[in-house]
Amino acid sequence: MPVIKSLDELKRIREEALRKQELKSTSGKTEIVVGMGTVGIAAGARETLKAILDFVDHNHLENIIIRQTGNIGIDSFEPVVQVILPGTEKVTYGRVNAEVAKMIMEEHVVKRNIVNDYKVEG
Amino acid sequence: MRELTLHILDIAANSVSAGAEKIIISIEENTNKDTLSIKVVDNGKGMNADMVKRITDPFVTSRTERKVGLGIPLLKLAAEMCNGEFEIKSELGKGTEVLAQFQHSHIDRMPLGNIPDTLLMLELGTPEVNWIFSVKKNGKEFYFDDADIKKELEGISITEPDVIRFIRSLFEESIQEIQS
Repeated sequence: MPVIKSLDELKRIREEALRKQELKSTSGKTEIVVGMGTVGIAAGARETLKAILDFVDHNHLENIIIRQTGNIGIDSFEPVVQVILPGTEKVTYGRVNAEVAKMIMEEHVVKRNIVNDYKVEG
Repeated sequence: MRELTLHILDIAANSVSAGAEKIIISIEENTNKDTLSIKVVDNGKGMNADMVKRITDPFVTSRTERKVGLGIPLLKLAAEMCNGEFEIKSELGKGTEVLAQFQHSHIDRMPLGNIPDTLLMLELGTPEVNWIFSVKKNGKEFYFDDADIKKELEGISITEPDVIRFIRSLFEESIQEIQS
């Protein structure tokens, strides 16, 4: 099994990540929270989360924390995603399928425009 | 829920809510014995016998006292519909073990769904948990204990994009290999 080889690769990744960390300013991180309670999962939250990870990966976004949380409390709007840009209020989006997630990443996280069509509350 | 892996996400979320520090997920397919079993074992706060009884029956619980939602009864029903069995063992202060077994070839058995994606979601969703995954098919096994990786990563989060990419390809390649 490629375990040993994998660990070597991991060491390289770690060194690279440490180097990048030193270069980064302390401007804070963007936080993206995906609701993964029973209702969220049934409504497709896994695909939503995957779309977000793919977007971060393809666009080489840095300084982003992606988290899961349980039920956010607005079942009829699941899957629910919250975006918190550094130094701003959190924005909650509802009915976020994979397509909408990509749009939110592009518009809100990259271009800093809130996507009002899917916004649920302040 | 249309896939068994979605049920796994759901049951594991219960373990996280129960404050588990260590969660073991096992998926085993055996086409000779015609079984597919899923097991989630955690060291969370556990439940007493009364509560175990209550959470498996959706008709006895009321919304306010329901702590685990409908996920457990749904999985139980799915297993029983497929000539399978369902069992929860739990002990207060020790943890909980959920086992669902299906007849592999049963016409009503849900597909497993995407295993690598599911494991990745678990790992990234609550990176502070010590995740152990065992995926077996007809004697081949992929075993993953994230403690090994976290040790190597010292000082770097498992949620760094480069690390995510690494884990993702590890899951995808390994699962593909055991399923081929």
